[in-house]
Amino acid sequence: MYHYVYPEETELQRFIQARYRKAWIWQNLFLLSLLIAVISLTALLLDIIDGSFGYIAYEFKKDPLTISEKPIEQFTKEELIQVLQANLSRGALNKLNSEMPLEQRSEADLYSLVLERIIQIDTKQTYSLFESLFRRAEIEAEVAEKYPNARLEFRYWLQPEFIVSPQSSKAEFAGVRTAIFGSLWVVLIAMILSMPVGVGAAIYLQEYAQKNFINSVIQTNINNLAGVPSIVYGMLGLAIFVRAFEPLTSGAVFGITDTNGRTILSAGLTMGILVLPLVIINAQEAIKAVPDSIRQAAYGVGATKWQTIWSHVLPNALPGILTGNILAMSRAMGETAPLIIVGASTFISQDPSGPFSKFTALPIQIYQWTSRAQSEFHNIAAAAIVVLLVLLLLLNTTAILLRNRFQRRF
Amino acid sequence: MFVSLREKEESTTSTQAAQPTQEYAIETRNLNIYYGDFLAVQDVNLQIQKQKITAIIGPSGCGKSTLLRAFNRMNDFVNGARVEGEVLMHGVNLYGKDIDPVEVRRRIGMVFQKPNPFPKSIYENIAWGARINGYKGNMDDLVEQALRAAALWNEVKDKLKRNAYELSGGQQQRLCIARAIAVRPEIILMDEPASSLDPISTLRIEELMQELKKNYTIIIVTHNMQQAARVSDYTAMMMLDSETRAGTVIEFNDTKTIFTRPRDKRTEDYVTGRFG
Amino acid sequence: MELEVKSVAPPTTFRLMNLQKKMRFKEQAIEGVLFLVGVLTIFITLSIVFVLGNEALLFFEDPEVTLAEFLGSTKWAPAIGEFGIWALVSATLTTSVIALAVAVPLGLSAAIYLSEYASLRVRSILKPILEILAGIPTVVYGYFALMFVTPLLRSVVGNQIGVYNMLSAGLVMGIMILPLMSSMSEDALNAVPNSLREAAYALGSTRFEAALQVVVPAAFSGIGAAIIVGVSRAVGETMIVAIASGATSKFTFNPLEAAETMTAHIARISGGDLSYNSIDYNSLFAIALMLFLVTLVLNLLSQWIVKRFREQYE
Ligand SMILES: Nc1ncnc2c1ncn2[C@@H]1O[C@H](COP(=O)(O)OP(=O)(O)OP(=O)(O)O)[C@@H](O)[C@H]1O
Ligand SMILES: [Mg+2]
Repeated sequence: MYHYVYPEETELQRFIQARYRKAWIWQNLFLLSLLIAVISLTALLLDIIDGSFGYIAYEFKKDPLTISEKPIEQFTKEELIQVLQANLSRGALNKLNSEMPLEQRSEADLYSLVLERIIQIDTKQTYSLFESLFRRAEIEAEVAEKYPNARLEFRYWLQPEFIVSPQSSKAEFAGVRTAIFGSLWVVLIAMILSMPVGVGAAIYLQEYAQKNFINSVIQTNINNLAGVPSIVYGMLGLAIFVRAFEPLTSGAVFGITDTNGRTILSAGLTMGILVLPLVIINAQEAIKAVPDSIRQAAYGVGATKWQTIWSHVLPNALPGILTGNILAMSRAMGETAPLIIVGASTFISQDPSGPFSKFTALPIQIYQWTSRAQSEFHNIAAAAIVVLLVLLLLLNTTAILLRNRFQRRF
Repeated sequence: MFVSLREKEESTTSTQAAQPTQEYAIETRNLNIYYGDFLAVQDVNLQIQKQKITAIIGPSGCGKSTLLRAFNRMNDFVNGARVEGEVLMHGVNLYGKDIDPVEVRRRIGMVFQKPNPFPKSIYENIAWGARINGYKGNMDDLVEQALRAAALWNEVKDKLKRNAYELSGGQQQRLCIARAIAVRPEIILMDEPASSLDPISTLRIEELMQELKKNYTIIIVTHNMQQAARVSDYTAMMMLDSETRAGTVIEFNDTKTIFTRPRDKRTEDYVTGRFG
Repeated sequence: MELEVKSVAPPTTFRLMNLQKKMRFKEQAIEGVLFLVGVLTIFITLSIVFVLGNEALLFFEDPEVTLAEFLGSTKWAPAIGEFGIWALVSATLTTSVIALAVAVPLGLSAAIYLSEYASLRVRSILKPILEILAGIPTVVYGYFALMFVTPLLRSVVGNQIGVYNMLSAGLVMGIMILPLMSSMSEDALNAVPNSLREAAYALGSTRFEAALQVVVPAAFSGIGAAIIVGVSRAVGETMIVAIASGATSKFTFNPLEAAETMTAHIARISGGDLSYNSIDYNSLFAIALMLFLVTLVLNLLSQWIVKRFREQYE
């Protein structure tokens, strides 16, 4: 017989129990790392909410009482216009009127003009939501001591006005409208470029490509492009679209003269190239999922290859392709580095009017505002992040709905 | 806490020593096995003899693998799989509340239909199981003994450090048997161990089983009638129940009887190849 | 009742048996166009190489710059003509190492839990959370690093940590890479055939022993590929470091200090007013070329590993 030496009887029991204890500890460690991910996500979201609301301590550059005894909150529209006319220079008034005559502006608009241009809020300090909720007394004491003239007010940085206002150099009046339009334009152009090219390349690779050297180079190359850092695409866009094709991307050949190559078109094309590998890979997956039996059925009734693809493969792959495209859109919406390099403008308060406009974009605004020293800019950065995340959420929900709606029927 | 299987054994042997009743390696009572709502195996009552080879035969899909995997609780890993009734070993129900499945599997080893060596060296394949089970002896000796017992030693003794995937299918299967016996289980379950092998490798494994029988209880599932007739001492015939469509054992007897004078007409049809 | 035999149309009668191959111009044109579209993707890579290489060449042709200095010096100060890439590489290395020290163990553990332990229900809750993490833009992670993690670190460790530091950027980058790491590792673990797990269980192993000693080693190359992709991600990541790790190039490996990575440097300089054809402008392309080459090698390597790994279990 062999001479085995294994734990037996009660020793075996103890041995197994010791192993179970060890396994239990490890299993919890594994779970812990998932928990860390969950905690990080929660902290991130809470931190953003935390920044989007809270107390603001501010003073007025010009005391409202010098304008009138009556609190300006209660001014009528006419009174607001009078105040503006009395206090602004002729040039400034002309400029405002040329944007939109004062009389046609809404009362809220006029009110914020008065605040912005005449009374001029001077923010001393802002507080986060959780501070504001749980340390209210301390905040009040601190403000009373440090800024005796300051008012303390709870502010919703994230508010409807924030979304519809154009950019402003004052955080209290800044909004993301300009940036949202910029982002939408960039994504639109990116998708116009990458969708047809990407789906075409995917069809070629899945349906036509034989196993040969050139095709395997194409496939490997696409997989590699997917891993190239986005900043490198930015450099490519800078050298090619912004510089080399400047006459085209600035619109000079179309008679537009007031811009350089740092336009929406350059950014959109750069972003289109960046998401192209993603579009191709996703479309390939969708086409791969169409079962061969469908192709054979079409061939069986005498269809040509393209007829088969066009009327059978593509319709069946369409939901998958669309889902992939939407995911690519959300990637394009959130990418920041290439836009910085291609040169989104730091300050621009006019809505982009077309592909040859200068522009800013949501992630650019978030980056700019985060990088500022004053805390009120961090608050609007947080608010802008909420807007960006909501947009991304909408896109992804659409993708998920699409996926569920057309869940594979094969 | 889990109940020691051995303690029970001692108590049974000591109290019942005076009246020597037949002790079975495994005994099932009214065993039903479900996959979710689907009843796959129904009302199985078997007594597996110690140190004998018991074959389970029957048409495809009748629940042979399901039954075999119930013996060492491998079905625990199948989502929705569930067992009613009892599987007794030394008089202890393996599905009892305090039973530790790891210990059950440590005592009841298994060899699978397709050879599944670990992607490690030949040596490690055997040493790993021994190590996790707390083996304290000389590992080199153990590896050699196990490989010799599985009739593989001469073929691999010069390449113990090579990856097990470099072996042929038959050699891999024998390695899996060596791996199973290295931890010295009480029972070895084999699910069609030779089905993916050529006739010569099959023969080697059949000889090996005869050799192992001296120490181990073996239960084997096979599709091969000749194999069942050649190697086994007892045979259980399984078939789908015509009403419930669940697999059940329709006849269980010593192999010779099953193959020469079966009591059930269906068994006769099956073993003589007239089934259909 | 009379059968309407005529209702079945007779087969077409072909006069000539002409089964010769026909030239289908439309079909061929379409295939040609699609092929060109596929080839176009190669041109993207070629133009990246050309653009980066071309500008980098201009950079190295400048009399102020030598390749030896670029690759040997630890001082990067374009204003006084110092171009030592190590000042930037040190920060890239430091932040990447921290990021991987977070992402690799956490990502792998998460993958093991999801593939070896989690029930379907737990999985269906945890997996989307990782997907959400993966979908958050990196600029948002940058905000998180600067506004949450840095203050947290400063309140725990003290003020020897600057407002800008590599530690915070690295940690947050690790969280950002975690989902990628875990989903790639999970794919690798799932590709390990179940028969290996069954073999381990049948020898009396616990779930943990089977997972860590059988399944993980069997998925080793796939996990290795995931780590490599993680490295490439960390090296190429821009926004987190641009926001949180500081805007001065400095040769240091001390994570508590501020230092500028290669990517952050590119972002900062090109974000300002930069005149084309200046040496500063060209230097950015030299850095980008290095980034591109490093990530290219890493990506090729990981693809090669994944492909070999897939073949292993086929
Ligand atoms: N994991 C599972 N989930 C659900 N049903 C299963 C599962 N495994 C097996 N079954 C079902 O249980 C029944 C018995 O299957 P089992 O594999 O035990 O048959 P078998 O007798 O071993 O067949 P074969 O000879 O083909 O191996 C079959 O109807 C099968 O479909
Ligand atoms: Mg079976």
